[in-house]
Amino acid sequence: MDNFTVGVVVFPGSNCDRDVLWALEGCLDIRTKYLWHESSDLSDVDAIVLPGGFSYGDYLRCGAIARFSPLINALDDFVKSGRRVLGICNGFQILTESGFLPGVLTANKNLNFICDDVELDIVSLKGGWFNDGGKKQTIKLPIAHGEGRYYCDSDTLKKLVDSELIALKYKNNPNGSSFDIAGITNEKGNVLGLMPHPERACDETIGGTDGLFTLKSLILK
Amino acid sequence: MDQFAVKVFVRLRPSVLDPAGEATKSASIKLGAEGIKSLRIGKMIEVKIEGNGENEVREKIDLLCDRLFANTVIEDYEYSLKKL
Repeated sequence: MDNFTVGVVVFPGSNCDRDVLWALEGCLDIRTKYLWHESSDLSDVDAIVLPGGFSYGDYLRCGAIARFSPLINALDDFVKSGRRVLGICNGFQILTESGFLPGVLTANKNLNFICDDVELDIVSLKGGWFNDGGKKQTIKLPIAHGEGRYYCDSDTLKKLVDSELIALKYKNNPNGSSFDIAGITNEKGNVLGLMPHPERACDETIGGTDGLFTLKSLILK
Repeated sequence: MDQFAVKVFVRLRPSVLDPAGEATKSASIKLGAEGIKSLRIGKMIEVKIEGNGENEVREKIDLLCDRLFANTVIEDYEYSLKKL
């Protein structure tokens, strides 16, 4: 496990890549490296984080252009191999646009860019992203997004519920997301997308440490 | 090779909330415009493209619309095509 390396993908317009690196290396002592989005060689990383930001200026739709980068093309084999992928905020938007996760993230109901701490219920432990041994059923994480309203059709929603793919729900839905959804996983559980920012909740001095567990679980096999 | 001018319209599906459209509707009413029943905002994309005949160009535009211009989870698209 000593050589376990997490790749943090950098797109033009990513702006939480350094926060993720700080949280992983500085707070958790996990070896981390940046991956430029034009790289398609993922052979020396064991897990990947798609960080927040505004990849390609959010042109067309959030995440729509990033989906066509060489790195995202290479992600399919990476995910199939069972290695873990965490998409935070814009990373979550990229994962839905590229079909790794169902549904879509679109403009907040009230059109505000919301920057706040939110209370979240842990709904599913699939993939172990929130499995801290049952210590917490509710966590507090920061959100910062203008387009975080999760939407999917009713058949997809039923599948999410039936297959326990909803990882996190907002206690007080801030953006109009269907079914209060804040984060979901794929069927296998090795891909998690969420709008809240765990990397911004990794030190008591900046308001909390509820994000540590999710980042730490990147090293789960 | 023939060249075509294509206008693609991308619209939010009727069932999907359009907060920007609602805000613009509200501003329109404040401006004094009366009788507005609905206002929804979409996108129009203009493409000049060449290919061997209309059918081939339609295939290319269908792919672009389905995979890039629109997210069909929430959006519908249609386009018009004019030979140049």
